[in-house]
Amino acid sequence: MIQWMRFKWLYFLISALFIVPGLISLFANGLRPAIDFTGGSLLEYQFENGVETTQIKSILEDNGYQLGSVQLSGEKNYLLRLAPLDNQEASQIKDVLTQNFSQSLEEVRFETVGPTLGRELLIKTIVAILLAAGFIIGYVTWRFKESKFGVCAILAMFHDTLVLLGAFSLLGYFLKVEVDTLFVTAVLTVLSFSVHDTIVVYDRIRESQKLFPKTSFQDLANKAITETLSRSLNNSLTIIFMLVALFLMGGVTIRWFVAALLIGTVSGTYSSTFNAVPLLVVWDKFQQKRKK
Amino acid sequence: MKKRRWLFWLIIVLSLGSIFVDLPKKVPVKFEFKNFKIDWQFTRPEINWRLGEFRFYRDLEIKKGIDLAGGTHLVFQSDMSQVEEDDRQAAIEAARDNIEKRVNLFGVSEPIIQTSKVGNDYRLLVELAGITDIDQAITLIGQTAQLDFRELSPEATESATFADFSPTGLTGSDLTKSEVKFDPNTGEPSVGLQFSSEGIKKFSEITGRNVGKPVAIFLDELPVTAPTVQEQITSGDAVINGDFTLDEAKNLVIQLNAGALPVPINLIEQRNIGATLGNDSVQKSVQAGLIGLLMVVIFMGIYYGRLGLIADMALIIYGLLTLALYKLIPITLTLPGIAGFILSVGMAVDANILIFERMKEEIRDGKPVNLAMELGFGRAWDSIRDANVATLITCFILFNPFNWPFLNASGMVRGFALTLGLGVALSLFTGIVVTRTLLRTFLQKEVRKR
Repeated sequence: MIQWMRFKWLYFLISALFIVPGLISLFANGLRPAIDFTGGSLLEYQFENGVETTQIKSILEDNGYQLGSVQLSGEKNYLLRLAPLDNQEASQIKDVLTQNFSQSLEEVRFETVGPTLGRELLIKTIVAILLAAGFIIGYVTWRFKESKFGVCAILAMFHDTLVLLGAFSLLGYFLKVEVDTLFVTAVLTVLSFSVHDTIVVYDRIRESQKLFPKTSFQDLANKAITETLSRSLNNSLTIIFMLVALFLMGGVTIRWFVAALLIGTVSGTYSSTFNAVPLLVVWDKFQQKRKK
Repeated sequence: MKKRRWLFWLIIVLSLGSIFVDLPKKVPVKFEFKNFKIDWQFTRPEINWRLGEFRFYRDLEIKKGIDLAGGTHLVFQSDMSQVEEDDRQAAIEAARDNIEKRVNLFGVSEPIIQTSKVGNDYRLLVELAGITDIDQAITLIGQTAQLDFRELSPEATESATFADFSPTGLTGSDLTKSEVKFDPNTGEPSVGLQFSSEGIKKFSEITGRNVGKPVAIFLDELPVTAPTVQEQITSGDAVINGDFTLDEAKNLVIQLNAGALPVPINLIEQRNIGATLGNDSVQKSVQAGLIGLLMVVIFMGIYYGRLGLIADMALIIYGLLTLALYKLIPITLTLPGIAGFILSVGMAVDANILIFERMKEEIRDGKPVNLAMELGFGRAWDSIRDANVATLITCFILFNPFNWPFLNASGMVRGFALTLGLGVALSLFTGIVVTRTLLRTFLQKEVRKR
C-alpha cells in the first residue's frame, strides 16, 4: 500500500503555494465587484469596425460622462461601465458614439442596478453562503457522528473558497475580471462539490474502521485514498472535460463563471484527498496524544 | 427476475417517450430509391389532455430566458408613502395584476411578473423575453396611468394656467373602454373613451356647466390636452387629441384599459439583452456541450471498456430524459441553466464510476462478475447518496423556492440551480436504476453463455 500520509506536510505546502499568492492579492487588491454589488450601469456595444478603447473614453469624457472603464470583449464588442443611467442617457451615449465614429453600432446589452440593490445583494450573498455552509456542516456531522469529520470537511471547503477568491483577485488585477452574482453561484456550487468528494473518501475510512478496528488511523487513511483516488480523478476528469469545452467554446457571458467552476473543481478534487484526509490524520494524532 | 425484465422495458419505453418529446416540432422525412419516393413531414403533436377540471397543456418547445431570447429584466420599486401599512401587500399585488394585464395587452408572450418584499420595500420584478422595443415597454409599465378630468374654478381669469384646474371627480375608473381612433380630418391618432353609466352622468354634468370653457385631461398629474367644450355631451363618448404618435396612443389605450396602478413605481434595475448575443451563445454552448459529452463517452469507453459503454448508454438516456423533463415542466432555459445542465452531465457519470470501481475491487477479491456487480451497487449507494445530498442542499438554497426575502431570487442563479438540481436528482435515477438494469440484462447473458 502506498504510504500517502507520509507526505502530508508536502500536501499542505502545495496548497499553501496556491493559496498564499491569492491571499496576498486579496488583501492588497481585493476583488473587482461587478455592478451587481456596487450599483451602476453596464453598456455593451457591437461596433462595425474596431476602435481604440482610449478613443471611446476620451469622446465620452469630452461629452461630460463619467466613465468607469471601457473594455474590449470579443472582437468588436465594447463594455462600458458608468454610474447608473436611465434609458434616455443610454441612448444619448449611443448617439454620441455613432456620430463620433461615424459607424452604426448595436446595443447588445444595457444593465442598470440601483445602488441600494447592490448592498442588498451583498447581504443576501453572505446569508446564502453561511446557510449553505451551515447546512453542509450539519449534514456531514450528523452522517459521521463525529465532529472531527465535519470540521475537517469544512476546512477543505475553506481551502477551495480561498483558492477561488485568490484566483479571482489575481484575475481581477491582471485581466479586469469582475465578481458578480454568477461568481457567488459558482462558489456555492464548488463548496458542494468539494464536500461531495470528501464524503466519498470519509465514507471509506468509516467503513474500514468497522471492518478493521485494530488498524491504525493513518493506515486506514492510506487505504481509503488508494481505493478512492482513481474514482475521484475519473469523476473530476469527466466534469473537467465538460467545463473545458464550455470555457473554450461556450458563450462569452458565462466564460468566467465556467472558469470559476473549473478552478473550484480542480481545487476541490485536490483538497478532498490531500487536505481533508491528512487533516483528519493530524487531528487523530493530536487526540491520541491528549489521551496519553 | 420478472421484476428486472419489467424495469428493462420501462426504461426502453421512457427513452422512446423522451425521444418523441425531444424532437423538434417539424422533422422532414425525405427518402428516394429508384422509383420509390418519400417526401413527408413529421409533425410532433402537442400535449393537450383534459381530465374534468384539470387541463394539461404543453407545446413542448424549449422556453428561452431573456439572456437567450433577448429581452429585458426590470425591477420596479413602489412608492408606498401614501398607502396604509396594512394595505401595502394588497396594493403591490393589485399593481402586479394590473401590469400583467398591460403586458398581455401589449402582446408579450409569457411574461414573468413577481412581487417581492425586502425590508420595507415592495418591489415588482418583470421579465419580458423576446421584445425589441424595450423603452416602450418600460414607459408602458412604469406609468401609473391615473387619468382625471379637471375644470377651471369659477374665479379663474383669462390668464389661467394648468395649475388653476381642479379635479372634477371624473377619473379613469369611470371608463368602460378606450380605443385608438384616427382624426377623420387630419388622420392623427387619438384616444377614444367610453364611459360607464356613472361616468356618463358625471361627464354630462361637467360638460353642461363648462360650455365655452376648457376642460383639461390630466395623465399622472401632467396635462395632456385641454379642449374647449362646445356643447353638453350626454352620449358618454369622448376623444383625447393630444399630439400622440401611434405608439403613444396605443400605450395609453392599453394603460387605460388595464386601469391605473394603485401605487406609483420607479425603475431601479434593468438588464436589456440583445437577441444576437443570446442566439450566438446558445449555438456555442450546445456545441461545447456535445463535444464535452463526446469526450466523456470516449473516456468512459476507453477506461472501463464494456462497462463504460453501458455507462455511456445510461448517460445518453440521461440526456434524453433531462431534455424531455425541461420541455414537460417546462423550464425556462438560461445560459447559466445550460451550464448547470452540462455540469450535471459531467456529474451524472459519477455514480457509475463509483459503482464500477467497487465492482473492480470485488472482482479483484475473486468474486464472480454478477455477485461483484450486486455488491458493488450495494456498497456504492451510501457514498452516492451522501455525496449528492450536499449538492442538492446548495441547489435548494440557490433556487430559493419559497422566495425567502433574505435570499437572492435572480433568474440567472435560479436557472442554474434548477437545472443542476434536476440533473443531480435524475442522475441518481439513471445511475442506480438504468445502469443497474442494463448491466443485469447484458451481463446476465454473458454469464449464462459461459
